[in-house]
Amino acid sequence: MPAHLSARLCTFVLSLFLIAFALPAFAGPFEDAVAKFANDDYSETEEAIGVVASSGNKLAFPIISALQDGRLMADPESKKVYVTGADGKSIDAATGEPVASVPDSASAVRLNNRLRRSVDAAVGSLTLQSPDLGVRLQAAQSVFKSHEETALEAVDGALAKETNRSVKAALVDARAAILLFKSDATEVEKLEAVATLKARGDQEALALLTGMGDQPASVTKAAASAIGSIQSSLAVWSMVQNAWYGLSLGSVLLLAAIGLAITFGVMGVINMAHGEMVMIGAYTTFVVQEVIRTSYPGLFDYSLLIAVPLAFLVAGAIGVLIERSIIRFLYGRPLETLLATWGLSLVLQQAVRTMFGPTNREVGNPSWMSGAFELGQITITYNRLWILVFTLAVFAILLAMLRYTALGLEMRAVTQNRRMAASMGIATSRVDALTFGLGSGIAGIAGVALSQIDNVSPNLGQSYIIDSFMVVVFGGVGNLWGTLVGAFTLGIANKFLEPVAGAVLGKIAILVLIILFIQKRPRGLFALKGRAVEA
Amino acid sequence: MLNKSTHDIAASFSRRGVLAATAGLMLGLASLTGAKAADDTIKVGVLHSLSGTMAISETTLKDTILFLIDEQNKKGGVLGKKLEAVVVDPASNWPLFAEKARELITKDKVAVVFGCWTSVSRKSVLPVFKELNNILFYPVQYEGEESERNVFYTGAAPNQQAIPAVDYLMKEEKVKRWVLAGTDYVYPRTTNKILEAYLKSKGVAQEDIMINYTPFGHSDWQTIVADIKKFGSAGKKTAVVSTINGDANVPFYKELGNQGIKAKDIPVVAFSVGEEELAGIDTKPLLGHLAAWNYFESIKTPANEKFIKDWQAYTKNPKRVTNDPMEAHVIGFNMWVKAVEKVKSTDPDKVIDALPGIEAPNLTGGVSKMLPNHHITKPVFIGEIKGNGQFDVVWKTPGLVAGDAWSKELDGSKDLIGDWVGKKCGNFNTKTNKCLGSGS
Repeated sequence: MPAHLSARLCTFVLSLFLIAFALPAFAGPFEDAVAKFANDDYSETEEAIGVVASSGNKLAFPIISALQDGRLMADPESKKVYVTGADGKSIDAATGEPVASVPDSASAVRLNNRLRRSVDAAVGSLTLQSPDLGVRLQAAQSVFKSHEETALEAVDGALAKETNRSVKAALVDARAAILLFKSDATEVEKLEAVATLKARGDQEALALLTGMGDQPASVTKAAASAIGSIQSSLAVWSMVQNAWYGLSLGSVLLLAAIGLAITFGVMGVINMAHGEMVMIGAYTTFVVQEVIRTSYPGLFDYSLLIAVPLAFLVAGAIGVLIERSIIRFLYGRPLETLLATWGLSLVLQQAVRTMFGPTNREVGNPSWMSGAFELGQITITYNRLWILVFTLAVFAILLAMLRYTALGLEMRAVTQNRRMAASMGIATSRVDALTFGLGSGIAGIAGVALSQIDNVSPNLGQSYIIDSFMVVVFGGVGNLWGTLVGAFTLGIANKFLEPVAGAVLGKIAILVLIILFIQKRPRGLFALKGRAVEA
Repeated sequence: MLNKSTHDIAASFSRRGVLAATAGLMLGLASLTGAKAADDTIKVGVLHSLSGTMAISETTLKDTILFLIDEQNKKGGVLGKKLEAVVVDPASNWPLFAEKARELITKDKVAVVFGCWTSVSRKSVLPVFKELNNILFYPVQYEGEESERNVFYTGAAPNQQAIPAVDYLMKEEKVKRWVLAGTDYVYPRTTNKILEAYLKSKGVAQEDIMINYTPFGHSDWQTIVADIKKFGSAGKKTAVVSTINGDANVPFYKELGNQGIKAKDIPVVAFSVGEEELAGIDTKPLLGHLAAWNYFESIKTPANEKFIKDWQAYTKNPKRVTNDPMEAHVIGFNMWVKAVEKVKSTDPDKVIDALPGIEAPNLTGGVSKMLPNHHITKPVFIGEIKGNGQFDVVWKTPGLVAGDAWSKELDGSKDLIGDWVGKKCGNFNTKTNKCLGSGS
């Protein structure tokens, strides 16, 4: 019995050995392919990706995904390739055996755009059956994009098992894309594929249908009608898109102008340094983020929430200071006010340039302000959406403040009839300072939002000052609602003109229209009526 | 409430008034600093904007020249004399460039001027340099179509940047459809004209080329990025060739990133985006977008590593980046020093005649040479944006490319050459064998 047992054990061990050695022995092409990663040559890397991805080797996925993330290290001298993991542990890519450390001479395998596309395609076909829903969806989408014939089998396999509806739809689309380009697919299959893509109806489907090349006559005909129907539906969507872009541009204009609507619109001060208040708000955001980055990295997503009150305080305080030290001596002298504030804007710009340097400062987008989502066939970016919401909120708060608070009442009283207000016991000069501070503070808040979409540089304010005056004048001086309607009207008009006339001519056309409009209605869209006008 | 229209008129008047006032003030300041100069030095003029829109790019170049002068003086100066920088601030104001140039030459008696960034500023100072016969080294890539006796162009001509970049996209990325997007002024317009002619000569159809211009400082890119996306979905590989300049780049790239246009779908190759411009952007979403330059900070050569180290030590900022126009100034400065030492004089006429043929090493391992058309030979690199704001070189020309003053792609200029050695002419027509002279 022991002899029998040991014989059995022997065969078992032997077979284990055989299996262990058989893998590398039969995987010769796989090992060769892996070694090619070390040559630092784009076409060899591309070959290697193809061989590794279709090898069926269990190391294929770790290697390709490491390549995608820049974790695949290659040593040009020994031609050894290593996969380093996120946990710092590394394995030899050819054998899968753990290694103690990756030699210093090894560097990450480089990719260019062409290779990134093949890596994506490879990762896509390798992860179609991943347990993670998001990964599967992404995999199906990247197979759709690359639509390589070799992935068809994997797609069919995944399709049979898939239970989630959206992933299944993505897989069906991917299958259609592959079949459309597969030379030996039947006509029926191709017609089905065209129908699937027609139902998908987006720009990517359109791209596939227009670029499909030579096809049987019936398929070409079906594709032509599909292209026609997709194009007409996209044309409708593009109108919706223009409207959205217009709203978004309008919200930026409103945000920049809203502070000016107070200092210029309500108080009548021609404040050329208004743009610099916006800039100071943006730099406050930068400083806040800088502090967070160095001391409290976990708080980064809240950086804007922290920056908003700070920007209001900083810009508001500077505003009060300016009012007290310069502007209060110049009330009723518009030309001098204009000159003084313009000079002030230059001083502020140069001061910021000296303090922070002339180059742009990086203000990061928190995660909730990055990226976009699809609504039907249009893309809505989160930062624009949040800015629209934020602008409307600021507007509503400002309106409520002017209407329902004691300070708001005093402000309206002083701007409507200063002498009467003074004789009622209102400290007019204090109210002046606070009103100017409020307008500047709101400009500072605008800077926080604008830092998300524009440069944070000393010139930030200059690019908004003209637009801001335009909005306030167009909407009607002294009327907040006018500023709101004016901003959105200009934004939407601009965005409907831009695709037709181009950005440069569009802007000129808007200016001409405003000049003509002001000729007809010098007091803007919503003119103030009554005695306040004469004051 | 005030009457609106008087505001506007007042606004435009007073703007001019303040401009003139500040200009006057700066003039006064500059002459004060100039007056102290001693006689045993050679004066070098630095004409870069230190305030206004272009300060973002030009301030670095001013620092570069100061750094180079400092280094040269440590080596004993030139012809036994120390170099002395005369820095003026033309404040991104094109007419002021001409005024400041005149002041540098007549009042401060500089031997040479390093300066200008935008083409319009160069065009503005040209008559001054011709009239007063002095030398300008111009370090920025530009649209070409110019060769002047008094100007030495150390930046790239279109055939040293734009054309190789398009070739790369055609060959490596198999691009069939092209978006030429630019800021609306002379450099992008001329470059795009050249590129359009070049693409058509390569068999690209008119409907596969989309040309788009935007104003300076454009910040709302939603429509244009959506248009690019739409243009790119015609079933052919599409790329964007960007001559967008200055500040507008940051919102452009942010919008690209947010709308999810990845480099692997629609790559953007830029001619005005370098390490400095990327300093203000989170570059992770931009991975793989391209830039074409003659120099990248990330290129590993001993000369470049030494330069970066010395530069960061000089500016006392270990994070200070270097870029292409800086390298152009390095090459130009060294060429001027060599020419002066060759003729043992700083007399502009002698130095202008000595410069063609002078060689100076560039920072990427080659040796650049001043050509008879006053342009230089340069290598061309295509770099991919990396996550850390630097570039990874993915392609380079096999050797150095000689700069063409006149584009071979445009009908109006394909027969012209600049030759200040044999023909003594900046726009010599090789067909008619005639020099067009300064009239054209």
